Formats: sequence, C-alpha cells, structure tokens
Amino acid sequence: MTPVIDPLTLLFASIFTSNILLANFLGMCSFIAISKDMNSSNGLGIAVTVVLAITVALSWVVLEYLLIPTGLEYLSFIVFIIVIAAVVQVLEMVIERVSPALYLTLGIFLPLITVNCAIMGAVLFMQIRHYDFWQSLSFAIGSGLGWWMAIMMLAAMRKRYEKSNVPAGLQGPGITFITIGFMAMAFVGFSGMVRVQ
Amino acid sequence: MSQNKYLANLKENVITNNPILVQILGICSTLAVTNLISNTLIMTVGVALVTAFSSWTLSLMNAWIPRKVRMIVQVLVISFYTIIVDIVLRAYAPEVSKNLGPYVGLIITNCIIMGRAEAFAQANRPVISFWDGLTSGFGYMIVLVGLAVFREVLAFGTLMNIPVLPLDFTAGGNNWTIMVMAPSAFFLVAIVIWVSKTLQMKKTGGNK
Repeated sequence: MTPVIDPLTLLFASIFTSNILLANFLGMCSFIAISKDMNSSNGLGIAVTVVLAITVALSWVVLEYLLIPTGLEYLSFIVFIIVIAAVVQVLEMVIERVSPALYLTLGIFLPLITVNCAIMGAVLFMQIRHYDFWQSLSFAIGSGLGWWMAIMMLAAMRKRYEKSNVPAGLQGPGITFITIGFMAMAFVGFSGMVRVQ
Repeated sequence: MSQNKYLANLKENVITNNPILVQILGICSTLAVTNLISNTLIMTVGVALVTAFSSWTLSLMNAWIPRKVRMIVQVLVISFYTIIVDIVLRAYAPEVSKNLGPYVGLIITNCIIMGRAEAFAQANRPVISFWDGLTSGFGYMIVLVGLAVFREVLAFGTLMNIPVLPLDFTAGGNNWTIMVMAPSAFFLVAIVIWVSKTLQMKKTGGNK
C-alpha cells in the first residue's frame, strides 16, 4: 500500500524525522538513567547502534526464512527476544576476547541492552512495516545513530543545567522530561521533509 | 494480618512508590499510547495482567531457576504472557491492536515487569506476588489514563470518542495538534512528576 522507500531515505528518516526516541519513545528507561554522564552515554550509544544493526538484520533473516515458511509467526515475540539476548551475549564474549579496552567501556552496558525497548521496538517495526532486507538494515542503523545522537545531546544539556537553580519538585527526572520535550519539539520541525511510516 | 499486608502493598504501589512517578520505570510505552483513552485503557490492562501473571509464575518457579539464567527465564515467561495478550487483542479488539502496533510486543521490555519480578516476586510467595504485580499495573494505569484524558480532550476535544468540548474548538484547525504529537507527552509527564513530587515533599515535612 505504501510506495517502496529506498534505503537511503529511510536511513535519513529514521535519524531525523522519526527518531526512535523522540518520536516513538523507545529506549527511554536507559536513556534517562544513563544520560547523566557524557562518557557513559557515548558508550551506550555505540553499543545500541551496533546491537540494533546486527539484531534487526538477523531477526529479518529468521523471520523471513524460518518463521514465515513454517507458519510460526505467532511465536515471533519469543524468537526476537531470544535473538536479541543471543546477539548481546555473543557480542559481549567477542568484545571481551578481541579488545579488553573496549570491553571496559562497553561491557557494563551490554546486559542492559537486552531489555532496552529501542532494540525490540525496531525489530517489531521492521516486522509490522514489512521492510525488505536492505530497508531493515538501513532503518536499524539510522535508528541507532538517531538514538546515539539524542542521548549525547541530552547528556550535554544535563551537564549545563546541573548547576542551575531548578525548582525542588522538578529536580531529577522532571526537568529531564522537559528538556526531552523541547528536543522532541525541535525534531518535529524535521517531520515535513520526508514522510516515512 | 494478611488483609493489612495486601492493603499496604496496594498503597505502596499506587501512591508512595508508583512505578512511573517515583521509580520512572516503563516510560517507553507510557508516552506512546496515551493519545487516546481507549487505547491506553486496554494497553494498561494488558500490562497489569502480564505483570501479575509473570510475577506469580516466577515466584512459583523461583526454587528451580538457577541464578545464572534467571534473566532469560524471566524474559521468556514474560514473552509467553505477552503473546497471549497479543493474540487475545487481535481476536477481540482488532482495531485497538492495530493502533497499538508494536507497543503490545513491547510489553516484554517494559521495565516495570522485570523490575517487579526481580525486586518482589523473587523473595515472596506466589499469591502476594500476583497481587503486587496487579497493584503495580494499577498504579501504572492511573497515571497513564490521567495523561490520556488530558491529551485526548485537548487534542481532539473528545473523551472516549464522545465529544465534550464545543465544536469550534476542534474544527477549523483550532485543536492543539501538539497534544497528539510526541513533545506534549514529555511535558505532561514532567508536570505530573512535578506535582506529585511537590505533594510528597509537603507530606514529609517540607524538607528540601
């Protein structure tokens, strides 16, 4: 029903016009918890981007060649979550073996990612919107980059208002939500450029 | 004794330790589904049921789960109940199921459920775990429905799809489009947290 979207447009759209965090609210929990600190935000951003790209591509293959031919689509939730957990586990082991330095920065974030809604959300969007392989991949990479960008921006802003005088009741999560709200408003400005659903 | 325990738990999960307002858990789906009250109601009932049943199941299975694979067992139990909710929704409320889209599946990664399984069900008996899941879900529901009321009235001028505001509010592009869009959800959550936190601080003696 929708015209076929080329992967490049989709990449752009998933970073700006339909940012997975600011437009679809996915991955909020770790977003709020981690964004206190620039370095951790960067680490988590990279980890989310990598895991998103691998997981969505892998889930696409599993969905297309395993679940649909055997008519087991109703099991898709369980299968997807297993794929995510497996990817995270394998990635953790590989990184630990290949680069201990990277493991030290990313290591603690990897387990968190299994329950990050952004990953599961992107996989489910991929299924619901019937993307083909390249579309899924570019959507995943774009979403990851968008998420990474958003968390870096928020972390930078939180650094700035750390020292400002915030009303007592708004301190902590309250003011963070307001900041995210303004970011989301800024991103709504992009939404006229490409229409992707 | 038991009567009191249940009531105390209800009060804790709905008021003093509300999953959204105090623990800031399960925010992801909170914001996405709150632009229509009917969607919100069904979504939150789904979340409450999944939380209750998975807490109950996990609390029953507690003794047999090796600690190392605890996470994955929890996730699998939760996905099992989520699939049931998804199938039931698709059968009995196809319209809502379509509106909610991927957010039904995202019940699995809702941090409230994992949080309750980890923090409560692990150390408590099955029945009280079930009740704890249910009340947590109820606390979640109250906040979400509250947000949805604001968003729906201001965006469409309707309440459960029944018009409540005068027509010239909604017609002719006078409605607040921003209420349908993402930013309003963030601002409303901020306001709700602000109010509840201020009230709570007043109660505890106004300490800064």
